Amino acid sequence: MCTYVTQYAPVDGSGKGPQGWFTVRQATVYVDHPQHAPYGHTVNIDFGNPQLGPAARVAVELTEESALALIEAIRGALASAPAGIASATPESLS
Amino acid sequence: MSDAMRAETVMIEGHQGDQIEAYSARPVADTPVGGVVVIHHMPGYDEATKEMVRRFAANGYAAVCPNLYWRDAPGASPDDAAAVVRAGGGVPQDRLLGDLAGAAAYLRAQPNSNGKAGIIGHCSGGRQAFLAACLLDFDAAVDCYGAFVAAPPPPGLPIAMEPLLPLADGLSCPLLGLFGADDKNPPPSETEILDAELTRLGKTFEFHTYEGAGHAFFAVDRPSYRPEAAVDGWRRIFDWYGRYLAK
Repeated sequence: MCTYVTQYAPVDGSGKGPQGWFTVRQATVYVDHPQHAPYGHTVNIDFGNPQLGPAARVAVELTEESALALIEAIRGALASAPAGIASATPESLS
Repeated sequence: MSDAMRAETVMIEGHQGDQIEAYSARPVADTPVGGVVVIHHMPGYDEATKEMVRRFAANGYAAVCPNLYWRDAPGASPDDAAAVVRAGGGVPQDRLLGDLAGAAAYLRAQPNSNGKAGIIGHCSGGRQAFLAACLLDFDAAVDCYGAFVAAPPPPGLPIAMEPLLPLADGLSCPLLGLFGADDKNPPPSETEILDAELTRLGKTFEFHTYEGAGHAFFAVDRPSYRPEAAVDGWRRIFDWYGRYLAK
């Protein structure tokens, strides 16, 4: 099925796409048919920058287990570093 | 009779007269032929859909697939365009219908058109094919596992999707429905509701539900592919269009 439901997150950072590195501004997350992964449905995440056009995109298609493992890995990585060190404004959080 | 065909990207007139990209394949002989509008699925105007367009041409129909994402991402790769449309909230329904009507007009305006046009879609395109068959002028329609036609999304799924059942009275043409018994969207219980309503309304239709097949059983590039169901499904599609479009 096509879920038609998309979650959005504003993001601040960089990603590497077909044309090299670019500034990413938005992440869209949705569960739907993948383009490439060999499954009926996957958790699809697009990191993009609408100002730079459709090709400014870093895409992943993950199984549900992989997506949840990724969340835990991100939380683990942040927990292993000084709080706020990767913030956009580290001084304000230190 | 020659079996030569011409397959190419063209520009057609879509909603509100906009020029949009489309993929066209058609027999080149002068013999009159019916037309088929092919709706690409939500993942985009992709190679698999273009292959279906060529398959219709190889079987004696003029076919065209409008790029429903053209305005949002002209020239982008199909997957990037689909991502842009997804991020933007999807395709507005009036624009979709305008583009599908434009595709039918394009087919009927071809020099060797017999004046008839059908429509087909898979998955989200199956729902859209039913919608178009109810609101636009077509001569035959095929809905391949379109969900949320007869029933709203189940509780717990935050999807704003109105069922199309109230539109069924306006179904303008014979409808072929091809479904998988193991599909959850639409499940057999939903297609049975649509079956009952079309029967009550006296519409011309046939539904076939394949055992051992789930959603997307026609998709040869996905693990959901079920060759027995797909082969028989294609046979039924060409039988349906042979009855209602070819003559």
